[in-house]
Amino acid sequence: MGYQWNWGVFFQPSATGDDTYLGWMFAGFKMTIGLSLSAWVIALLLGALVGVLRTVPNKLLAGIATAYVELFRNIPLLVQLFIWYFVLPELLPESLGNAFKQSHPVLQQFFASMVCLGLFTSARVAEQVRSGINSLPKGQKNAGLALGFTLPQTYRFVMLPMAFRLVVPPLTSEFLNIFKNSAVCSTIGLLELAAQGRQLVDYTAQPYESFIAVTLAYIAINVVVMTLMHKFERRIAVPGYIGGK
Amino acid sequence: MHDFDWSSIPGALPFLWDGMKISLVITLQAVVVGIVWGTLLAMMRLSSIKALSWFAAGYVNLFRAVPLVMVLLWFFLIVPEFVGQLFNIPKGTDMRLSSAMAGFALFEAAYYSEIIRAGIQSVSKGQMAAASALGMTYGQSMRLVVLPQAFRNMVPLLLTQAIILFQDTSLVYVSALADFFGAAYKVGDRDGRLVELLLFAGAVYFVICFSASQIVKRLQKKYHPA
Amino acid sequence: MIKIANVSKNYGDFKVLTDCTTSVSKGEVIVVCGPSGSGKSTLIKCVNGLEPFQAGEIIVDGTSVGDPKTNLSKLRARVGMVFQNFELFPHMSITQNLAIAQVKVLGRKQDEAMDKGLKLLDRVGLKAQANKFPGQLSGGQQQRVAIARALAMDPICMLFDEPTSALDPEMVNEVLDVMTELAQEGMTMMCVTHEMGFARRVANRVIFMDHGRIVEDDEKEAFFANPRSERAQQFLAKILHH
Ligand SMILES: Nc1ncnc2c1ncn2[C@@H]1O[C@H](COP(=O)(O)OP(=O)(O)O)[C@@H](O)[C@H]1O
Ligand SMILES: [Mg+2]
Repeated sequence: MGYQWNWGVFFQPSATGDDTYLGWMFAGFKMTIGLSLSAWVIALLLGALVGVLRTVPNKLLAGIATAYVELFRNIPLLVQLFIWYFVLPELLPESLGNAFKQSHPVLQQFFASMVCLGLFTSARVAEQVRSGINSLPKGQKNAGLALGFTLPQTYRFVMLPMAFRLVVPPLTSEFLNIFKNSAVCSTIGLLELAAQGRQLVDYTAQPYESFIAVTLAYIAINVVVMTLMHKFERRIAVPGYIGGK
Repeated sequence: MHDFDWSSIPGALPFLWDGMKISLVITLQAVVVGIVWGTLLAMMRLSSIKALSWFAAGYVNLFRAVPLVMVLLWFFLIVPEFVGQLFNIPKGTDMRLSSAMAGFALFEAAYYSEIIRAGIQSVSKGQMAAASALGMTYGQSMRLVVLPQAFRNMVPLLLTQAIILFQDTSLVYVSALADFFGAAYKVGDRDGRLVELLLFAGAVYFVICFSASQIVKRLQKKYHPA
Repeated sequence: MIKIANVSKNYGDFKVLTDCTTSVSKGEVIVVCGPSGSGKSTLIKCVNGLEPFQAGEIIVDGTSVGDPKTNLSKLRARVGMVFQNFELFPHMSITQNLAIAQVKVLGRKQDEAMDKGLKLLDRVGLKAQANKFPGQLSGGQQQRVAIARALAMDPICMLFDEPTSALDPEMVNEVLDVMTELAQEGMTMMCVTHEMGFARRVANRVIFMDHGRIVEDDEKEAFFANPRSERAQQFLAKILHH
């Protein structure tokens, strides 16, 4: 094969001259991390809320929460992203829509991506939270109520702390997913890791090096997140229970 | 506020339907190849031959660590050229669809293999022992006793994964293929009616995926009454 | 103390409780028995409002349980309950299990609640386990902690739902001993249990349930001497053979 490997390409000044290609990659890496973490905050907060609502006795609240989950679970992420980015600004009141369209393009892309990833993931987090709560022994809720806790107190002191521990392992995989799913945001032009990889291919004519580097970066994110989450799981383990000592 | 105009949709329906056929074909072949290859991977992973088990573990962990978009980009930008050189395929041959399909199937097999591995492991060890006690070989026990039970238990999960896969096919957008979503985007772009076409596409996906997931839920209730 | 009048409950078409009437006076110990699925747990859960019921009335210490205006949390804080599966809170240490409701529901100070918890723990013979977690105790120990947890709320009466049926045989007595002591101190108790020895020793009355009805509600002596219904006779005969 006539391919000329050249790993030195990363240290060459980039086409625009103000940075190296490694610098481009690093910028994409930072964008991926920043986007994923901020979307994760949204996903956790909303997901926990919606997941809890799905388990409450109030039919209306539980129904709204179910509809929320079904909506975000049954439309492809890419379609959701395009709707946030291209459609929503058109549907907002004119002043708000224009304000969005006149803001910095990167800001528009980042904002749409963050909201999209956050809500998409929140529906999946909600499912995990719901099944965590439902997998608690039913007697736990009764035990809390029987001690005189109100229903919110029972959730707060009895059910949620335990459900939270059950839910950490599946949430780890959602957390990993959010980093991977963030690559979808390259389609609206956000210069995150995958988009930088693509750009590198165009500019350097070294496609193998570029893609290998980007792929390794994703693997590295994966490994680091898994290691941290395992440490975390061990810290919150309950003595005398599976996973505890 | 936006003035809606849905008039580009009726005329574009045949084109959109062609796109939907591509989405469905990709889904179907990825499900079939994914399950077959995924089963093999799962059995390798559980095998006592270290080399096989390591290969399967490496494969699955690699594909599960990388975004699907990245895999599709590999199979859009790099693999065709590589394969072309390897087999002397004339330059300019359009391999986008077959390449995207290959990428999809290889990627989804990693996910299927994890579902199938869990399914096999959930069929109790006792069943394997009982089959062996009857004089069956390892292969016979797997094929006649363990896998049939495992697959029966896994049907809902495999179908759910197929629905996810169908949604994921929209990502072939990155290989510039006109699947259903790609077609909708093209029509919207051409007519300046992106808002309507994107909402339409979203609604179609929702109706299909929601109905399918309700059916899976029914099946699940029927086969695994809680 | 507890008055149950004509209580009926159904899940859809299925009648779980039909026209149940009985009462428990202050200081009385009632044992409720009957075959599995006869509605014992449901009845006892209706008493502190854990299960809603469609007809009839339950009055606990002057408060109507079924009345939508009743503050059920307040009522439950005064009625202790012990469950078949202990239901300690697995993520809290034993002392936290004993203190949390005292602090959050009764508004006691943390150290006051701790003191009280430790005293009760001593009383059920488990002071040494104070800093362990529920998962590190045996079933019998967990159930004794659960009783202490209920007692920490200074309840006006106690409900027991098969407190020993999830226990290994050798642990049953340690729990029954605690319950017997409680009864002798004058606690008002309503116990769902199949421990007929316990019933003979401490019960004032025995209630026998079948298919959601209270079939028999007798003084202990009368119940054991000659149960009126055939079902109760069969039931007693079967229990002997266990
Ligand atoms: N949530 C429920 N939905 C429908 N039926 C129930 C429910 N809970 C209990 N039951 C039924 O009510 C009957 C009485 O249950 P229970 O009070 O637990 O009986 P026991 O404690 O005497 O064994 C049983 O037949 C049970 O199947
Ligand atoms: Mg019961």
